[in-house]
Amino acid sequence: MRKLLFQNLWRSPLTIPAPAPSEPALAELGARVDRAARRRLGRSLAIRQVDAGSCNGCELEIHALNNAFYDLERFGFRFVASPRHADVLLVTGPVTANMREALERTYAATPGPKWVVAVGDCGRDGGVFAGSYACVGGVAEVIPVDLHIPGCPPDPLQLLEGLLALLQVQ
Amino acid sequence: MMNANVALRTILEAGEPVTDHRPWPRVVVTPELWNTLSEGLSGGAWSLLGLWGEVGMVHLAVYEDASETPGVASLPCPAGQFPSVGRLHPPAQRLERTIADLVGLQPVDAPDGRPWLDHGRWPVRHPLGGATARTSPPNPLSMHGEGVAKPGERFVYPFLSAEGESLHQIPVGPVHAGIIEPGHFRFTANGEAVVRLEERLGYVHKGIESLLRGATLERAARLVGRVSGDSTVAYALAFARAVEAATETTVPARAHWLRALMAELERLAHHCGDIGAICNDAAFALMHAHCAVLRERVLRASAAGFGHRLLMDCIVPGGVATDLPADGAKTLRALVDDFRQQFPPLIELYENTASLQDRTVGTGFVRPALIQQFGCGGVIGRAGGRAFDARRQPGYPPYDRLEFETPVQTDTDSDTDSDVNARVWLRIGEVEQSLALIEQILERLPPGSVRGDLNLPGRDCEGVALVEGFRGDILVWLRLAADGTVARCHPRDPSWFQWPLLEAAIENNIVADFPLCNKSFNGSYSGHDL
Repeated sequence: MRKLLFQNLWRSPLTIPAPAPSEPALAELGARVDRAARRRLGRSLAIRQVDAGSCNGCELEIHALNNAFYDLERFGFRFVASPRHADVLLVTGPVTANMREALERTYAATPGPKWVVAVGDCGRDGGVFAGSYACVGGVAEVIPVDLHIPGCPPDPLQLLEGLLALLQVQ
Repeated sequence: MMNANVALRTILEAGEPVTDHRPWPRVVVTPELWNTLSEGLSGGAWSLLGLWGEVGMVHLAVYEDASETPGVASLPCPAGQFPSVGRLHPPAQRLERTIADLVGLQPVDAPDGRPWLDHGRWPVRHPLGGATARTSPPNPLSMHGEGVAKPGERFVYPFLSAEGESLHQIPVGPVHAGIIEPGHFRFTANGEAVVRLEERLGYVHKGIESLLRGATLERAARLVGRVSGDSTVAYALAFARAVEAATETTVPARAHWLRALMAELERLAHHCGDIGAICNDAAFALMHAHCAVLRERVLRASAAGFGHRLLMDCIVPGGVATDLPADGAKTLRALVDDFRQQFPPLIELYENTASLQDRTVGTGFVRPALIQQFGCGGVIGRAGGRAFDARRQPGYPPYDRLEFETPVQTDTDSDTDSDVNARVWLRIGEVEQSLALIEQILERLPPGSVRGDLNLPGRDCEGVALVEGFRGDILVWLRLAADGTVARCHPRDPSWFQWPLLEAAIENNIVADFPLCNKSFNGSYSGHDL
């Protein structure tokens, strides 16, 4: 183990430069997030990820945000284990009928001020699963959504751009 | 009356053959033959490959290990019921409960009458059967069906009980603490020791099989590719192969090789991620950090080679969507070289860290007999001595022309075999095999086109395919209508036969080791819930 740790001291970091926040995401958010909440939270946001029916593709890319290339925590974001510790709910999937109540209860358990980010094409409008008897539709059908990050699945860079926009909005 | 030692071939010959079902035979059987199949499954002569329903009929796919024969038997159900297979063969129980939920056909004498995927929240009942509007919660309300639900009544799922002094229950989920899929685990524990775990799944049921009915092949391929996002290559491949079998379409040689290349990249990425994630659940974050870097490199190379990090929609019926670009092979060779340098020190680290081994060795042991009974595939099956690998048998190109080993844990005598540690080592072995396969494929990739036209016959036709994903064997069965749309398609995830074994693996382990056991299985929720 020591050898591996020493090697890491010499190697240049893998972490990529921070991307610019994406413009459409900024515009969507501008109207929703006020300056006061921003002052209270500063550059630190706790994220609770909720899979409300996803195929697991989005989760894989959200996971990747934590790897050395994207290193999400350098921007002040971190994933937390309970909605009670969270500022942001990162919700994936078409919301299934079987997950609807769990999502509503997770939202209710999250203290305000809070934001909801709907991830993926399914989180936006149900994606390829729209119209099924078992799906309610996009996340906004169930809880208020502040930001959509589309993609099937969105890659880590797109996720990062969206989350950065959440922080930098005036 | 036939006895249970009958060969599968005899049953397949005794039934009424269905024309235009390929490549294995499908036969319509009598209830007596159906019961003989259940007995054979229960006797261990055959493995269960799948059990699914449609309006008026149930289908049973089995595999005879000794003769390497697969086959599908179908039983008409004019009275809306069929003899339970789960009555004799427990691995069929959840599949039967699903048939009752989705199609409305009742398994007679089934030991467990509780609904499975139907949580009482859909606007319809039996969406693949009569699809009637829901007026009451699912029936029955109890384990053995005594309860009758009244309209408007709230459905309460009856969990199995555990009796004894000082027992307490821990409900976990459906929303879990990590970045993972939803499901409910009901633990009954005595202090730290788990005495019973019961899973309740179905939370991410999206109604995929209903969406597939009437879908064009293009849309159906996208849907099946999203049954379980982490196995998108394997699912797309199984779907494409089933369509090609049904339509007797020949795929260009280069497409076969590119498909295998994608399948091995998928296996490499997820095994590598799993090895790190298992160690992370034993609080050894260093492995996780390094494995996550390697995994990211695979995804980037995949994006450079085929245009999508997870390779979604890259495999289509008839071939593959895009050919490897001119510098694609170079990128992938660099990836393999990188792995060959970075991966061995990580194996060494795993092997030499006593505190990590302390958590993985002897934890989450599964009895090999259970693995055989459930026909459990993937590394979980092979860690328990079951060598089945769909790439070899029934097999598909180009694997017949590639050299590779399927790592199997053959020494399964003691309690420290087929544990979390064994499942880690099999993943390590498969990573090495996938690297060697990628090298061979790049070396010998034949030239030519990568996509051909489908040979749609203009009448109903049926196809079936079995493909080895990183999690195990994926079955896709389908019937195409005369207009070339999908009439019925059933994808069966390997997790169906792995989730039940997790309940067995955790017994007598401490609650705190559950994440470790669960991660070493890495069952799919979405693939199972459909």
